[in-house]
Amino acid sequence: MKNQDSIPRQIWVFFCSVKLTVYILVLLAVTSIIGTVVLQNGSPGQYIDLYGNGLYNLIKVLHIDDMYHAWWFLFLLLLLCINIVVCSVERLSLVWKTIFPKQVRFHPDRFLKSATKQTITVEHHADRMADSCETWLSRQAGPVILQKDQNTTLLYAEKGRWTRIGVFVVHASVLLLLVGALVGSMFGFKASVRIDEGSQIRQVFAAKTREPIPLDFAITCNEFEVKFYDTGAPEEFRSNLTITENGQESITTDIRVNHPLRYKGINIFQSSYGTATPDAAVLAIVDNQTGDEISRTIQVGETIILPGDQGSFQLQGFLPHFDFRGQNLEETFFGKVSLTGEQAFQIGLPVKFPTFDKMRKGRFTFVVKDFEKRYYTGLQVTKDPGVWYVYAGFIMMILGCWITFFMSHQSYLVAVQPRDEGGAFIYLAGRTNRNTQDMKRRLARMKTHLENQLKKV
Amino acid sequence: MNSSFALSSTTFMYGLATVFYIGSFAFKQKMLAKIGFFVLVAGMVFNTAGIGLRWMESYQMGFGRAPFTNMYESLVFFSWTMAALYIFVELKYKEQGFGVFIAPLIFLAIAYASFDSSISARINPLIPALKSNWLIAHVVTCFLGYAGFALAFGCSLIYFIKPRQTANASFFDRLPDWEVIDELTYQMVVFGFLFLTIGIITGAVWANSAWGKYWSWDPKETWSLITWFVYAIFMHLRLMRGWHGKNLALVSIIGFMAVLFTYFGVNFLLSGLHSYG
Repeated sequence: MKNQDSIPRQIWVFFCSVKLTVYILVLLAVTSIIGTVVLQNGSPGQYIDLYGNGLYNLIKVLHIDDMYHAWWFLFLLLLLCINIVVCSVERLSLVWKTIFPKQVRFHPDRFLKSATKQTITVEHHADRMADSCETWLSRQAGPVILQKDQNTTLLYAEKGRWTRIGVFVVHASVLLLLVGALVGSMFGFKASVRIDEGSQIRQVFAAKTREPIPLDFAITCNEFEVKFYDTGAPEEFRSNLTITENGQESITTDIRVNHPLRYKGINIFQSSYGTATPDAAVLAIVDNQTGDEISRTIQVGETIILPGDQGSFQLQGFLPHFDFRGQNLEETFFGKVSLTGEQAFQIGLPVKFPTFDKMRKGRFTFVVKDFEKRYYTGLQVTKDPGVWYVYAGFIMMILGCWITFFMSHQSYLVAVQPRDEGGAFIYLAGRTNRNTQDMKRRLARMKTHLENQLKKV
Repeated sequence: MNSSFALSSTTFMYGLATVFYIGSFAFKQKMLAKIGFFVLVAGMVFNTAGIGLRWMESYQMGFGRAPFTNMYESLVFFSWTMAALYIFVELKYKEQGFGVFIAPLIFLAIAYASFDSSISARINPLIPALKSNWLIAHVVTCFLGYAGFALAFGCSLIYFIKPRQTANASFFDRLPDWEVIDELTYQMVVFGFLFLTIGIITGAVWANSAWGKYWSWDPKETWSLITWFVYAIFMHLRLMRGWHGKNLALVSIIGFMAVLFTYFGVNFLLSGLHSYG
């Protein structure tokens, strides 16, 4: 046993490895596929139909029906977080000294021995050249540190030392995103509600559990409107809503898709619509024996006595879409006919097909003559106090990626060495912490630029 | 000139450029690659014009909208971003060799848009969910990202075709050296990664303003995240584990497969919020 590390130290070393990062990322990528292939948040019946009983049990045990919130998936995310924190702490303690050095030092040999070193030969005196080079270098890269090595003048300058922090910004942003998601899931909610035109609600229903969530205010849907293009595709859904708080109207406004209402931390989105159940319908009732026809307004739920005291009829309800032998007959009322001495039966009365009930060939025929059509608006109602962390994370991630990938810590050395036969050699070399190929091209460009500058002297 | 003529011409020119690039590779004629480049640039001019005209035509039809809203338009724009990025790279790095792998991709995208009968080229008005200022930012950044990955994929293929050391006048002589491919692949992945990141983020912000959820594990979202993971793995392997060459190229190829699945697979095989394009 040559490793006598303590157990906490061993755990630290385990989480310190980039190998672990790669394994976690591979696992996250591969397992994420499952949830895009297997139905999510379905009912037990759907799973048994699709996959059979055996697989359904497996799905249940591993929570694959809600995979992205399964304990093992969250555990992988937690591992990733620990990995990021440990790696960052470990590396930052080293990089910090590089980012904020007490004194900037440089090793001339590392520059002068590099393969990308550029050489310029000039006829002017070395001292004069050194002055010009110093001015040039300070313009290119910043404050110049001057050193003498025997008769050679060494000029050093650098820029972008701070960019070494970029990679930490990226990783911190990942943590911030996950914290935001956690805050949102702990203190926020996602819910929906349907409001009939003209109605008011005070509670919404949680997306998953359908549990009611009370609001501090009431929402009234004054009007809903849907517009269509000539092609029949929807152009706009618009709800006119009023928020009432403590019995007082606070705000009345339109919401559309992509244009939600935000009120006291609660966001209200347009998400669906449909035809609301009407209060009443005007029905024509034809007695097929006598040929008499009467017209009556019947409330939904109301029972009336049929003409000639032949029995009763109850208007039971309404469906916006009625599936009849695979055909959608659209808006349809339902009623129960109870004729004296016969068993009661249910009939459907599609608004668009007035002769539908005639085909039943009963004693009475019912036809919907009119009803007041009202829409309901389907709203998504959410609260997410974590969203600002997430947005801050987004900004940090973009900035961090930009700094990490497109900026670098570059240092340059210009050495001016007198030639024995008069004049001087000027060496230009550069180092960078990333993208060395780019540095190669940059040095070539800088050489040309420097040459042109020196010609003017 | 109308957009459909401009885009047909684009398809033809991209096809022609492909022929020149392949010819240059097969017959070892540098001249052919140069002609190919000019044809490609001409194709991109028509491509740009086609997209611009389509935008104008939607205004003439009375419902002006950005031309990035269905499979057809996205493929046309994908060709455009790949062509633009390739032209930039060829000018910057003075390398024509890998055009033989990229030009066919540029051509295939737009050709697929034109020739597959299931992809409609009609200009339809926008459904309410797409009416947002985020549309342009989201689509442009995503497809710039895809283009970066496509070019990285083209570079990565070279590892599996060209031996590390080639004799002068070898058949593979016209392809860039391993050292150059290594850098190019990395640069393209970096470019793609940055824009994919911005693309996912703009999508999330948009989703939050349209549906109140910045992330809902919709298949498109999830697959873009899977793609993001793969390229994050690529970065860590290269920068922290010192991977290079063929092994790393394999990761870039897997990444591009994930891009293709995110783009096509999700639309054709899975259902979700992005079914329109």
